[in-house]
Amino acid sequence: MNSTDIADPNYFHKVVDCQWACPAHTPVPEYIRLIAEKRYTDAYMINWHSNVFPGILGRTCDRPCEPACRRVRVEEQPVAICRLKRVAADYKSDVKNLLPEIPKKKNGKHIALIGAGPASLTVARDLLPLGYEITLFERDKLSGGAMRTQIPRFRLPAEVLEEELHYILDMGINCRFGEEVTSMKALLAEPYDAIFVGTGAPVGKSLDLPGHEEAAENIHTGIEWLASVAFEHIDKIGKRVLVLGGGNTAMDCCRTSKRLGGEEVSVVVRSGFDEMKASPWEIEDAMNEDIPVLNFHVPKRYLVEDGKLVAMEFEKVRKEYDENGRRLLIPTGEDPVILPCDDVICAIGQDNSFPWIERDIGIEFDKWELPELDKKTFRSSHEKVYFGGDAALGPDNIITAVAHGHDAALSIHLQCLGQDIHERPDPLTTLASQKMGIHQWSYDNDISSDVRYAVPHAAKEQTLNDLSMEVELGFDPELAFGETMRCLNCDVQTVFSGPLCIECDACVDICPTDCITFTENGEEEDLRQRLMAPAENKEQDIYVADGLKTNRIMAKNEDLCLHCGLCAERCPTNAWDMQKYLFNTAKAVNA
Amino acid sequence: MSYINKPRFHHPQLPTNEIGLTRRDYEGTLTTLCGGCGHDSISAAIIQAAADMSLEPHRVAKVSGIGCSSKIPSYFLSKSHGFNSVHGRMPSVATGANLANKDLYYIGISGDGDSASIGLGQFCHIVRRRINMLYMVANNGTYGLTKGQLSATADLGSKTKTGEESLYDNIDLATLAIELGASFVARSFSGDKQQLVPLIQAGLSHKGFAFIDVVSPCVTFNNTDFSTHGYKNTWENHIALSAVDFVPMRQEITTSYEAGAEKEITLHDGSVIHLHKTGNNYQPYDKENALHHINAYKKEGRIATGLLYIDPSMSDLHEVLDTVDKPFNTLSNHELCPGNEVLMGINETFR
Repeated sequence: MNSTDIADPNYFHKVVDCQWACPAHTPVPEYIRLIAEKRYTDAYMINWHSNVFPGILGRTCDRPCEPACRRVRVEEQPVAICRLKRVAADYKSDVKNLLPEIPKKKNGKHIALIGAGPASLTVARDLLPLGYEITLFERDKLSGGAMRTQIPRFRLPAEVLEEELHYILDMGINCRFGEEVTSMKALLAEPYDAIFVGTGAPVGKSLDLPGHEEAAENIHTGIEWLASVAFEHIDKIGKRVLVLGGGNTAMDCCRTSKRLGGEEVSVVVRSGFDEMKASPWEIEDAMNEDIPVLNFHVPKRYLVEDGKLVAMEFEKVRKEYDENGRRLLIPTGEDPVILPCDDVICAIGQDNSFPWIERDIGIEFDKWELPELDKKTFRSSHEKVYFGGDAALGPDNIITAVAHGHDAALSIHLQCLGQDIHERPDPLTTLASQKMGIHQWSYDNDISSDVRYAVPHAAKEQTLNDLSMEVELGFDPELAFGETMRCLNCDVQTVFSGPLCIECDACVDICPTDCITFTENGEEEDLRQRLMAPAENKEQDIYVADGLKTNRIMAKNEDLCLHCGLCAERCPTNAWDMQKYLFNTAKAVNA
Repeated sequence: MSYINKPRFHHPQLPTNEIGLTRRDYEGTLTTLCGGCGHDSISAAIIQAAADMSLEPHRVAKVSGIGCSSKIPSYFLSKSHGFNSVHGRMPSVATGANLANKDLYYIGISGDGDSASIGLGQFCHIVRRRINMLYMVANNGTYGLTKGQLSATADLGSKTKTGEESLYDNIDLATLAIELGASFVARSFSGDKQQLVPLIQAGLSHKGFAFIDVVSPCVTFNNTDFSTHGYKNTWENHIALSAVDFVPMRQEITTSYEAGAEKEITLHDGSVIHLHKTGNNYQPYDKENALHHINAYKKEGRIATGLLYIDPSMSDLHEVLDTVDKPFNTLSNHELCPGNEVLMGINETFR
């Protein structure tokens, strides 16, 4: 193998698994250390700059960082990264004086944002401090988009939502709420320098089965029903509720139903329990509220008596795989299952919808009715029009929308500067030694072997009776500290210098996870098998360094490194050093 | 913040041996030696060897004297027996322990000061008495614990860190052991575990006195470019007279070793040592030949390593003394006291 190019900004970034997995690439270990030091405000601001909505995301994020956490590979559970983020938000002090200043003198550029969800608000947040004038269109009367309409208040309290929306809205946005944009052509005729579309995926799918027409009054689509609850147009539901679908929207629908008078609420899914799309913790929360999940039930028809929905008929199926490994659902031949119900909520997916974008104005759409985009710049085929969030690439999550917003804001800024929007600035990185003394590091390398701490919940008897009472109480500072100590500090990198090494094996002998090997060089496949312990996780790199006196190489398997720094502590020549790698994506302000 | 314990997390695919333990289960407390000390690599090699052989920790006894070297029994096999004795007197303790219980594996750890200076007499006699044990010397040619004076194994002309030159020829414990009748003599280098681990396994399986002289650089006081015991000189000048693979007795030999395998030596417990060709055409069965080669390489400034000499058939102390099969410490009063009738009989012969 060739020697590893550690100057490549992606090399050490990839070692920080959580940050690499995060769409917005939030520097996770850095803020976790700050929480351990009780520097909640600083931890919050790191988050705010990166993911814009720390308090919201600390409660609602899909947490792609957690399955990526290295801790999963040395024990069972990842660090509770998401809930630690919430700790920073819960315990911070006033941050208003830390927010960027908005120049009084504007730069003369005017941007229109459509849809006041996370993507658009991120664009606004990135561009306002640069002197842009922003006009924000929103068909609802309030901002927040899916964060407001699709996430129930018992998961995301109103005050948390409002606080973080207002950090941005108060920067001085020309808000045009309650105003639906009906023609892109008309908007393009106005003198905006760029238009950003962040309208989400606003159309819920319904299930058109026999009986639908007669029972329509009691058949709801998930996201629309949740929005109506959020805007208090709906405040009750029947006693027996069936929620169809296995995603996070279904989990929010069933739990909301329980709070609006639903007594027997069930989730029904076509496929297997383990194939459900919802996050495991959301399924767990629903089941903790005594909501059963019935799997392998395919809905067949709505049963109506006297013009009113009374039940739904399902066919029972089982799972089989065909010769191509495709999963098939085969009817078991048992009698159909009749589940009595008063209301049915279909939470089986949502679609993009752009009826207001004329098809003859230079914005091209693909066969899925999604805009044709450059996935790096988020510019559409029209040079002034950008998309982000669910509107860009289909339904995803808040943190992805934020990441799109950052990228689109950077593109818009480059465009307004008259530069090539494809020439992106490099990420902002620093790599600095953490050595303080022979056995002293600036970070706490004594990793806790505690198992993951559970977040305390409020009593079910209370929460089920109050639609807006938050279920999760969040970590208190003590629990949070315990959890922070589980973080492996993967951003503190093991940096090796071959010419300094005397090949004494001290690092090899001390490494708790057998990451380090000194051996003859070879092809990667071969080398992976010849290490102190085989390196079978191909997604994780082997750090190769040469320059040794014996002409061997140092090969370090990044996969299981605990970043405990013992290699560097035992190294007599400082050939190993622990160096903190801070990585931040370039945003508009860095162009 | 400072000096943490080694985290207990380990590689998930770390193999377990025949008694269900991983290598990590054979570790001891965290070392307090200088970072980069060769002795830590010796600890690691012993840990690896014991794990690979599936040794039951309670069947091992570690004995040592005084010095940096003699601290290391703390750093491996923490679930084994141990005795940290007086300077240079480990051989006496080891002899006593072995007489009392011949069924344990004995690992003696000593250094060049402990064995070649203050304990040289004891060393000579334990070799001569053929105690069944593995005796290892962590040899760094310097008194590290007293900050770097020349030791008795420092080569003629080798210099201390402060520039003092050795005026005398060194005591070579390996050739001394061969001369005095050790039946297994090897030399290795702490930096070369590929060589050291199988030698330790073979030495533990060998019945009789097994001796390994391990060049183990003192990273703090004797690792200069002008020291013959530093990492640089040892990496450049150690030459393997023989390359050894070790197959424990319990392990069924299913694979045929590569064609280069020159010779198999079956040890008393059924384990097998495979000697590989190294291009030196070295035969480790002849004392004269061994001494000749070691000295010839020494003249060139090179360090002969590998298995230097072996005689698997030589009897150990208990065989020489024709002791009973049971270890002494398990003999009951009944077995030790022949009874009044026998005593009367013996007395009768003196009348």
